Formats: sequence, structure tokens, C-alpha cells
Amino acid sequence: MNSPNASGWKPEMTRAEGSAPATVTGNRALMLEEPLLFEIGQAGVTGVDLPPVDAAAACRLGAMKRAGIIDLPGLSEPETVRHYTRLSRQNYGIDMGLFPLGSCTMKHNPRLNEKVARMAGFADLHPLQPQDTVRGALEVINQLAFWLLELTGMHGVAMTPKAGAHGELCGILCIRAALEARGDAREVVLVPESAHGTNPATAAFAGYRVENIPANSAGRVDLAALKARLGPDVAAVMITNPNTCGLFERDMMAISDAVHAAGAFVYCDGANFNAIVGKVRPGDLGVDAMHINLHKTFSTPHGGGGPGSGPVVLSEALSPFGPLPFTARDRDGVVHLVEEESADEFGHTQAFGRMAAFHGQMGMFTRALAYILSHGADGLKQVAEDAVLNANYVLRSLEDVLDAPFAASGPCMHEALLGDAGFGGGLSTLDLAKSLIDEGYHPMTMYFPLVVHGAMLIEPTETESKAGLDQFIVAMRGLAARAKAGDESMKHAPYHAPRRRLDETLAARKPVLCWEPGRSDL
Amino acid sequence: MPRYFTDEHEWIEVDGDTATVGITDYAQSQLGDIVFVELPASGTMVAKGKDAAVVESVKAASDVYAPITGEVTEGNGALEDDPALVNTSPEDGGWFFRMTVADRSELEGLMDTAGYKAFVANL
Amino acid sequence: MRYLPLTDTDRRAMLAKVGAASIDDLFFDVPEAARLAGPIEGLPLHAGEMAVERHMAKLAAKNLSAGSAPFFLGAGAYRHHIPASVDHLIQRGEFLTAYTPYQPEIAQGTLQMLFEFQTQVARLYGCAVANASMYDGSTACWEAVAMVGRITRRKRVVLSGALHPHYAAVVRTMAKFTDDRIADALPALQGEPDNDGLIARIDDDTSCVVVQYPDVLGRIPDLAEIAEAAHAKGALLIAVNTEPVALGAIRSPGDLGADIVVGEGQALGVGLQFGGPYLGLFAVRDAKHVRQMPGRLCGETVDAEGKRGFVLTLSTREQHIRREKATSNICTNAGLCALAFTIHLTLLGGTGMARLAAENHRLACFAADRLAKVPGVSLLNASFFNEFTLKLGTDAREVVRKLADRDVLAGVSLGRLFPGAQSLADGLLVAVTETTSEEDIETFASALEEVLV
Repeated sequence: MNSPNASGWKPEMTRAEGSAPATVTGNRALMLEEPLLFEIGQAGVTGVDLPPVDAAAACRLGAMKRAGIIDLPGLSEPETVRHYTRLSRQNYGIDMGLFPLGSCTMKHNPRLNEKVARMAGFADLHPLQPQDTVRGALEVINQLAFWLLELTGMHGVAMTPKAGAHGELCGILCIRAALEARGDAREVVLVPESAHGTNPATAAFAGYRVENIPANSAGRVDLAALKARLGPDVAAVMITNPNTCGLFERDMMAISDAVHAAGAFVYCDGANFNAIVGKVRPGDLGVDAMHINLHKTFSTPHGGGGPGSGPVVLSEALSPFGPLPFTARDRDGVVHLVEEESADEFGHTQAFGRMAAFHGQMGMFTRALAYILSHGADGLKQVAEDAVLNANYVLRSLEDVLDAPFAASGPCMHEALLGDAGFGGGLSTLDLAKSLIDEGYHPMTMYFPLVVHGAMLIEPTETESKAGLDQFIVAMRGLAARAKAGDESMKHAPYHAPRRRLDETLAARKPVLCWEPGRSDL
Repeated sequence: MPRYFTDEHEWIEVDGDTATVGITDYAQSQLGDIVFVELPASGTMVAKGKDAAVVESVKAASDVYAPITGEVTEGNGALEDDPALVNTSPEDGGWFFRMTVADRSELEGLMDTAGYKAFVANL
Repeated sequence: MRYLPLTDTDRRAMLAKVGAASIDDLFFDVPEAARLAGPIEGLPLHAGEMAVERHMAKLAAKNLSAGSAPFFLGAGAYRHHIPASVDHLIQRGEFLTAYTPYQPEIAQGTLQMLFEFQTQVARLYGCAVANASMYDGSTACWEAVAMVGRITRRKRVVLSGALHPHYAAVVRTMAKFTDDRIADALPALQGEPDNDGLIARIDDDTSCVVVQYPDVLGRIPDLAEIAEAAHAKGALLIAVNTEPVALGAIRSPGDLGADIVVGEGQALGVGLQFGGPYLGLFAVRDAKHVRQMPGRLCGETVDAEGKRGFVLTLSTREQHIRREKATSNICTNAGLCALAFTIHLTLLGGTGMARLAAENHRLACFAADRLAKVPGVSLLNASFFNEFTLKLGTDAREVVRKLADRDVLAGVSLGRLFPGAQSLADGLLVAVTETTSEEDIETFASALEEVLV
């Protein structure tokens, strides 16, 4: 044998022992620390090839001409790709696993939708092109509007609102316009105490005074209390159905009847429409206005906090007051954009105004339409059924180990509501949620709705498999047992995330909202 | 000097024609870390039981009500820089504002120290 | 159905676990009269990926896309070249499919990006603090007006006549419900913005003056003069910018004394998309106004081990905590568009912004001179950046239609923007960016000449 191991590389498997030593860089293999852009970027660097500025070139900027350049660092393309790729890896997304945020409907985002939204015939259109050059785009808006009306059994739809809360505002403004048109000045909007915060904020923004209506012991609107409060000063009642406890408002039709009898309108927060899409039509429940979050029920991506899209479907009584612009098909089947100047021609003379520049979230419309066409009427019904089945499966698999305040009252809809009663050692929902992060899951919605102590609102959605749910249930049962036993270590979770618990008190007491040079750290 | 308490967890200490107002130790313990206090400007008229100040934690904002009617004469400027005083010294250095006493009879319905202690024990 | 993982076997086993005989048992609470027996009648059933793609492609093909014709539209939405890496990065699932960063330990990517975005916007606008985005420029504009109402406790809003008419319409719409009084006017078709006329409308009840910069006709107003006049009356100046690329060449509104600067960020990274989703930018010059700001704010902090990290902060301003006393009802904003914007701006840097702005201005000057040579056409603007107004001496709307028939997307007629305003009917607003070629400009000029004959 000559020179048995010239390279010196001697394969030998050893057993792992001891804890990992700290690294020089602070990185942990695939988990890379990433400095701020302002710490790595340099003035003078740019990742876009453009001709240098010619100081002698003609200038028609006038007196406002800038003297120097804006103090913004630049990165080359490879540095840019790395910066954002590294940042992305510190995020959790639906693509990685279950994202059971109650009332947020974090379902799979089909990639076909991304592909169609990027077709040049949609993505590369200017909103003010002559209508004859954008008939296909107007057709998309109109087709989506048609489906939304069919799915909700309503009379009209305003497509321009840019997110759910914007849609709420649109609906409430329609109500206000309708009341004003009949000379009926009303001042109060009633909101259940379990409502999303956007409801009271919206009503206040539209100039109304907000009053709460209580819930009953079954987690639903107290019909008697509501009826007692209705009167000539009430403009509208804002109801979420299915509600924020994940329950269907059994008395919805009686509520609508009572509200209408009192001369008021029913606004329905459609955030939870995923539970009933294709199964129940809000129009059949007496609803006058409801926004639809295309970024929930119709799968357009949440994108780390938007963009959303919040079309509002309207009853016959409210439709005449819907905002401009909107699309309408003429007798020849051609779809038109109806704006301020053509409103009369299309018989829409009472619009309350305009919600935003241009015509709505087109990029979301193409995605939502692709989603709807993919499912069809049968698939959408199946969406609601599977979403509700998944939530009930989670509820019944956890109710013996976690407080489930409304489980006894019957099935839930698309989300399961649990509480932290029975946790030991001063532990609460936050500790369980942070421990869930270590198990590889995004936590559920926590401490909402307020009607349950330490609320945990779990919405699995229909795009989770049974095997995936079974794994989640095992994780939850394990954490429930530790929480009940008062496992102190849960107070310091998460241990394995890119960051440990963050000091939100410090952030709020001494706000640092903008990077400044020289202030290297807190 | 006599100190009184409301069932909304404000305290008020009366010294002649003026009074000092704050929130109780129980209230601060329920709120958690205080991050911001919004105080009424001097000269503001406040009415018994109506909004007078706002106290914020990271996850909640609570209205603080005026225990009695009167005019605000001074806010506690120290809270601007150090809202944590409300946590560390709620019934002393963490006071909110000083005010005139418009009507002494409004003090009659309030609790004394023992009464408030019993009230909190039952919550 | 390809998006639904449950099998019929799964469903049976799960129904057994929940103790239901059928799925309809779970919809027991729905009033019987409202329960649908089967799929809604008369609607198509599910379709495969290929069929849906074909349907959508057919609709897309009915449109004349901006890239397939000489293209000159602006008026609040601008076509710029977006580097390929922008769209690649925003499609990473960890960004695309994340929610609002409510669990900061596993959302540092979104949060750090937002902190960087806020800093970039603040510097671009010459402001102290920017928020984490609004829906779009027009809604940001209204939110600024509402915010100033809270600060000044005044109710009279002065709008510059040269504010984008859609923005003005949004403000007017909302003001009907908040009892704000709006003082507005049509723009005068003249070379310089009418600063004197605007300043004359500011009185002691005025809460704010809203001025677009560059304005809707492409002119560049002297903001410092307006700021001084507004402040003298105790009013605040809201500057509105719809073309952020312009700020690579002209001074930042905050540096000129604007108190709140809002705008549309679409031009960087986002794309035209037929009008949405876009990106609302919102910043204040003085940090003392932060607690009156609408929308989310991301702030720096440390974690339990002392490492730097980021969280959403000052949330007590927002609807989910403050409910009816919130500074706005906004919840979901424009996160992914903010990401596209910040990536594009990171690639550009200050140097790239200056170069991009210079290239836009160079081509715009070339186009303005060439088009003004067309018989009957004159250039209105004394100053402009990459957009200017031509007077055609005839109804510009009709001209735009005729040019569209020749596959030239010629700009936005003032008749489209200000319907019914006869004094503006012969105005054509023309935008030129780095995506416009000199050949496109020549094609436009010759076609215009033919149409005007």
C-alpha cells in the first residue's frame, strides 16, 4: 500500500455531544443574520444601469430643482437578491405550513392566479386608457362582479374599495346616503361587542356614534337586547356572520327583520364568508351591505399585510347609492366603465361619490376570478364544507384538553374558539402561542374576540389535509398538557425562531421608526 | 390629606381647594407596562365621570375619568419622559394631573382607602 | 378539485370524529329557508388550470397593453422599467404568503423590510417619520386631511385646483360625511401654477392646504411659498406627490416646509395594473405628529437576548385597539407593494434615482419640443419633470380616441380628467419615462399631425 490517505480526509461518524458553540458571525447555518440596508448599502452604488447625469443637459425643472442627490444607499443586483432572500427566510408563510389565524382565512394561494395577474394584457394597462383598448379588463371586473352577486344573492356591487375596512366604509356610506335621500338623519350604529375593531372605527369615520350590543351565553348577538335598543336614531347594525366566535348567527333573519322594521339597515362584515360561500347567500338572510375580502375567501395573497380588495355587495335599497366608477354591460353586450360623466346615461344618478382614484384592485380581480373559475359553483360549495369540517375536527380533537366555551352549544363554522382557563403556573395564551412557534406553526389569533378569556381563535381553512391537521392536533395537545402543568419554560418561548420575544414596551416608550446613522444600536 | 377612590380605579387626594389625581396600584397592575400617558392641558375643564386622560400599554388604551368636576391646573410632565412611573409609583410620583375642586360634595360618593381595598378584594 | 386536499375517506373519518352524520349537520344553525340544496344553479362547475388560463388569456388579448404601443399616459400612474429581480423577490412565498406581522419572532423579514421602507420614504419626502403604507395615493390624501382636522380642530380644507381630480373627488366624498368644508377650483390653463390664487383662498379657519407637486398638469409649484402662507394662518400644508421618480430631480416636499407629505408609490416597483393595487405613502415632517398618524408603524427594539429586532408599534392609535377612537379604520394596507417599492429603490439608490430622473426629464424635454412643433400644438408648461400639458386647439379627447385607433396611446385628455370643463377640453397631458423611445415620440408626433389636419 502506498500513501494510504494523501488528502488527510478520514471519514469517521461521531456522535453529537454537548451544546453547539456560538458562531463568530452570529449566523446559524441556514439562519443568516442580515444587517439593515443602510448598514450595507453605499451612496454611489446602483443596481440599475442608467446613463450618468449630464449636468449640461437642458433643464425645465424651474426653481425647485434639487441640488444634490437623495441620501439613499444602493445595492448591486446580487447584493439586493441576497438581502431580500435572507430577510424572507426570517418569515413564516402559508407556503411553509399551517397558518391558523382566526378570521384571517390564510388559505393556499394558487400560483395560477399569480401567472394570470402578470399577463401583459392585464398587468401592463393604464387605468385611463381609452375604453376601447381595455374591454377585456373591464370584462374581468364585470365577470367577477357577476359571480360575487350570484354567490351572495345581492342586487348590486361596488368593486372599488381597496380592502375590507375600506369596503366597510363604502357600505356604511351607502347606508348614510340612502337615509339622507329619504331625509332621515340617524346618528347611531350598533356593533356587537365581539366585532372586529374596524367596525366601530368605520362607523365613527363615517360620522356615526357607536354603541355596543351584548352577546348572549351562546356566543351570539342578544336579540332581545338588540330589539330593545332599536329605534328612530339607529342607522345600521353591523353584524359579522359567521361571527367572531366562529358561530353562525342563528337569529340572523329575525335580526334583519327587526332592523328593517325599525327603518335601519343591516351591514354584514363578510370577513368570514369562507364558511358559507356557495352554501348560504347573505341576500337570503336580509343583509343590505356586505364587503367581501378577496384576500381571504378568494385566495389573493396577504403579502405580509396587503394589498387586499374589498368589493361590497348591496341590496336593492342601497344599490342606487353605490360609488363611482363601476362597470355595466350595454344592450350590445359591451362592458363600459361608468364614471362621473356617464353615470346619468346609465341611470346611476345618486352615487355617494368616489372611494379612490381609478377603478379598484385590478390585480386582485384577475386573481380572484381565476380562483372562482377554478372552483366553479360546486368547488366553492366544497370550500365552505371542507373549511367547516376542518374547524370542527380541530375543535372536537381539542375540546377535552382545552377550554372550549361554546363547544357544547353545537358545531362551529370555519373557526374553533378556545380559551386559556385551566392553565397552571400563571401561563396564558401568549405562552402557548409562542411555544407553537417552536413546534413549527404560526400561532392562532390570540386574545380576540374579547368575550373569551385568553381567546385562541383557530381557522385551519379548507386547504389543509387531514394528515396535516392530525400533526397540528398532536402538537396542540402536547402544549395544552404542558400549559396545564404550568411548565415554566413556556414563558420564554420561542427558543428556535430567528428572534426570542421582542420588547414591545421599549419600542412604544422610545419609538425608533426611522434608521439614523451613528445610532448603531439601542 | 384625605384620599378618595373611584370604582373606575382613579385616586384623588384633596388639599384645600386643589386635588391631585392618578390611577391606583391595582389599575396599573392590570394594565401591565405603561408606555404612554396623554394628559389634559392646563386650563381644561373636566367633568366628574367624563374622560380626562388616556393611559396606554402596548395592547390597550384606557380612558381615565375625572373623579370630580374642576379645572386642570397642572399635568405631571415627568410622565412624558418616563411613563413607567405609573408602574413603579402609581399612587405617588406617577400622579396624572392636578385640578381645582369645584364642588366638594362630589367627593361624598367616593370610597376611602379601606373601602377601595375591600372593593378590589371582591373583584 | 386541485386545491382541496381532503379525500372522501378523510371526510367520512372526520365527520365520524365530530359526531355528524353528514356535512349538513354542521350547518345546522343556518335557518332552513336560507340553506341551498346544492351548488348555485346556472353557474359553471370547476375547471382545470389549463382551461382557466385559456379563459383569462382570451380576456387579456382583448386589451392593448402599454408595452405593445407607443405609450404616453400618466396622470397619477406611470410606466417605468421594473428590474426583473423585483418581481422574483416579491414572489418568494415567505413574503407573498405571510400575514401582517403580528408574531414578530417569525416575521422579522417583513418587519425589517418595513423599517427600511419607512426610512427610505422619509428620506425621499424629506420627513421625520413615514408609516408602513396606505392603500394608495388618493386615500392617503384623504387620511392626511382627516389627520390635520384632528390636529388643528378646524374644518375648512383648501384644495389646489391642480390636485388630481380623483384625489379631490375622494376628499370631497369623505368630507360630506365629516362636515369638512372644501374650497376647490378648476385649474387655470396657464404655464405657471396659480400660487397667488391658492394663497388668497387660505383664511383663519383653514385647517390645511392640499397641493400636488408636480401638479396634475405637470407644473412644479413653489411649495415653500405656499407653506409659508399656510403657516402664517395657522394651517398645515399637505403635499401630494404622484410620481416619486420626480423627487430624484426636484427638492423633497418636507424640505420645502410641507407638514404632511403623501403620495402614490406605484411608479417604483409596482407597475400599472389597470389602476390597482397601488401604494399609498404617508409621512410627517415633524415627529411630534406621529401619534395622530393613520396606519401601521414598524419600530426598532431588542429581543430577550438583546438582539436587535423589529415590531409593529404605537398600535394604540389603530382600530383593533382603539376601536371608534382610532386615527383611521385602516387594517390591511399595501405590504407587498411596499416590498416591491423598497426593492426597486434599493436597486436604484440615490444615484440611480438621480440618473433615472435625469433620463425621464431628458426624454420629456425632447418630446415636449418635438410635439410642440406639430402645427396647431403648443406646450403649456413653464416647468415640468416627465409630464406636461399640450394645448391642441381642438377637443383632445377626440384626438386621443383617433390616435388609439392607430395604436398610439397618446396621453390623458383633460376632458377625461375634468369632464364637462370646457375651458380645459383642448388640453392633453403627456407623460414620458425612460421606457419611451425617441422612435415612439416620432411616431406619436407624426400621428398627431395626421389627426389634427
